[in-house]
Amino acid sequence: MATATATNTNKSVLWDWLTTVDHKKLAVLYLIAGALFFLKAGLMAIFMRIQLMSAENTFLSGQTFNEFVTMHGTIMLFLAVTPLIFAFMNFVIPLQIGARDVAFPFVNALGFWIFFFGGLLVSVSWFFGGAPDAGWTAYVPLSSGEYGDLGLDFYVLGLQISGLGTLVSAINFIVTIINMRAPGMTMMRLPLFCWTGLVTSILIVFAFTPLAAGLALLMLDRIFGAQYFNPGSGGNPVLWQHIFWIFGHPEVYILVLPAFGIISEVIPAFSKKRLFGYTAMVFATLIIAFLSFMVWVHHMFTVGIGPITNSVFAIATMAIGVPTGIKIFNWLFTMWGGKIIFNTAMLCASSFVPTFVLGGVTGVMLAMVPVDYLYHDTYFVVAHFHYIVVGGIALGLLAGTFYWYPKMFGHKLNEKLGQLMFWMFYVGFHLTFFIQHILGLIGMPRRVFTYLDGQGMETMNLVSSIGAFMMGAAIIVLLINVVYSAYTSKRVTVRDPWDARTLEWATTTPVPEYNFAQTPQVRSLDPWFYEKVHGDGTMKPAEPMDEIHMPNGSILPLTIGLGLFVWGFGMIMMQMENPLIPEWIVIGAGVIITFGSMLLHSIHEDHGYHIPLDKIKKIEKEVS
Amino acid sequence: MSDEMSKPFDKSALTHEELLKINRERKIQITAFACMIFLTLLAFIAVAMEMIAPGFTVPFILLLAVVQFALQLFYFMHLKDKDHEWPNAFMLTGIVVSTPAVIALILLLGVTKY
Repeated sequence: MATATATNTNKSVLWDWLTTVDHKKLAVLYLIAGALFFLKAGLMAIFMRIQLMSAENTFLSGQTFNEFVTMHGTIMLFLAVTPLIFAFMNFVIPLQIGARDVAFPFVNALGFWIFFFGGLLVSVSWFFGGAPDAGWTAYVPLSSGEYGDLGLDFYVLGLQISGLGTLVSAINFIVTIINMRAPGMTMMRLPLFCWTGLVTSILIVFAFTPLAAGLALLMLDRIFGAQYFNPGSGGNPVLWQHIFWIFGHPEVYILVLPAFGIISEVIPAFSKKRLFGYTAMVFATLIIAFLSFMVWVHHMFTVGIGPITNSVFAIATMAIGVPTGIKIFNWLFTMWGGKIIFNTAMLCASSFVPTFVLGGVTGVMLAMVPVDYLYHDTYFVVAHFHYIVVGGIALGLLAGTFYWYPKMFGHKLNEKLGQLMFWMFYVGFHLTFFIQHILGLIGMPRRVFTYLDGQGMETMNLVSSIGAFMMGAAIIVLLINVVYSAYTSKRVTVRDPWDARTLEWATTTPVPEYNFAQTPQVRSLDPWFYEKVHGDGTMKPAEPMDEIHMPNGSILPLTIGLGLFVWGFGMIMMQMENPLIPEWIVIGAGVIITFGSMLLHSIHEDHGYHIPLDKIKKIEKEVS
Repeated sequence: MSDEMSKPFDKSALTHEELLKINRERKIQITAFACMIFLTLLAFIAVAMEMIAPGFTVPFILLLAVVQFALQLFYFMHLKDKDHEWPNAFMLTGIVVSTPAVIALILLLGVTKY
């Protein structure tokens, strides 16, 4: 990235990236961290599919399989998809609302590093007696001190820490979207990705807090001998399920709403039409967000709560189909009659629609209580939610990657390799998961590490595994594409390589550190498109050219994250058989690093720096 | 410019009207605080007095709690003020989302033990 001219050149590259508070660089960090976790969790899925390829296979032991199932789910949801979404939100939202950065750049960096070290804490569990093995839901009593091993302590504290980072980033985005919009960018002119980003952030604030509470209770149970979930001492294990799903159901929408947002950006851009029913889309998003908090019991239909409660939550669940249907039809109507360009981004975005409908239909099927008793804990459920997360979120993220890649890295990804990846991924995906519906219906339970011969499950499992290998190969093609394009792709020098509509394409490529030399004046929905058609093709400035106030970089976010990591690790050491050093030293060190860094940040006055006017003019001439 | 931000300044930049407004605000805060102390006292008395039946005490305390919650939000957290639409919206969302959840949990976990 040629933004080096705009930054302090006397910093080394590594130090620059470790201390950066620039939202565009943090986006790249999120992207890299998320992609690494994604590859790791994907590899676990491949291993699990190898194990399930034939009946009574002995490739993995039952224990290892349990650990893989747990870590696959945990990593994919908390440490892969969430940061990938944050990567795009970080990069795109400030550009789309015409801001120079997020509201609190330091807090943005803090959110990334806390998330990263939290994820690291979950991941190091492999080296200390095995990963967590109670499923990503960590139901008690499986995860209680009695049955769960040390891995669960890593799960509890690692997720607690990384959840803190996610919360911090979400609050930052809410403030950014509400307060940092350019003049004229009213709420109803906000691009849909910003809307879904805002709603997602709100959901995070309301959903990750119950999770933090639940994890704190589980931690007290496990490490300090409390008995919130121990029925023998008057606790109630169902409490965990309630708390977990009060968080867990909105979590699904936290992940899928930004994917909706990406799709709602990509489809209009490549259909050459404005988004159909913008207002309806916004309100559908809000309704989905609201309903997502009212349906958590549908994960617990078979607990035995009773027919009345089950019916209420079943109806609430089915109601979510209505706003989602509005969205689906709006995407279809956006494409209808448009001049559609089927490049990789559009292929991913348009195929998202039917795939997501399939996932939604099985969702409504699962919402019917009587048949849910049959589907519950079978592969049908696995197929259902993978249609949502892979067919929905992963395709959305791939579309976003191909769409925003030129803005982020200054060159496009190779189209041929991209389309090869798409078709391999798409075919592989349906091969893997469609057949799992049928596997579930004939009675294969989920989360089992093997099955018996002669029950009619061998062929279908083999097909499913072959599909998984195809998806794995597709991801390898994507990686090859990233490297190949970096060497061979033509540099993008124009502002707007896709002829798109929203404000991020009004910035120069590469985006200078301050994004907009002059804050743009927004005159319409799709402001960049409006200026291209009705204006002179450039954004009208809302302010005179002046020197720009920028925040200084800081290493403190990293040290605060590191401190929390050490602190959490010390807490886990309390449970270890014979730790090499006393745990109190480690806990003390963590506390001192964390709060010491915070203290340092409080007493050290840092008002940032100003980029002088002549330097801005020089950069602007250089990049345009 | 940024270096001058840490220098102290002796004369307030506020206008006379703004200072008056702050004084008024301070008075309101103290009144609200006294009001809340009084409500808390009432709650304590209701629990401590043996002649007041528990059948009355429980709903009475709950009512006091609701009043105090509203006072907290509107006076201490400034929801009554102008330009607080967004915080208002968020607080309201939080209440709307959490109330059914809390009631459902009380009924499910407290009554039927599920």
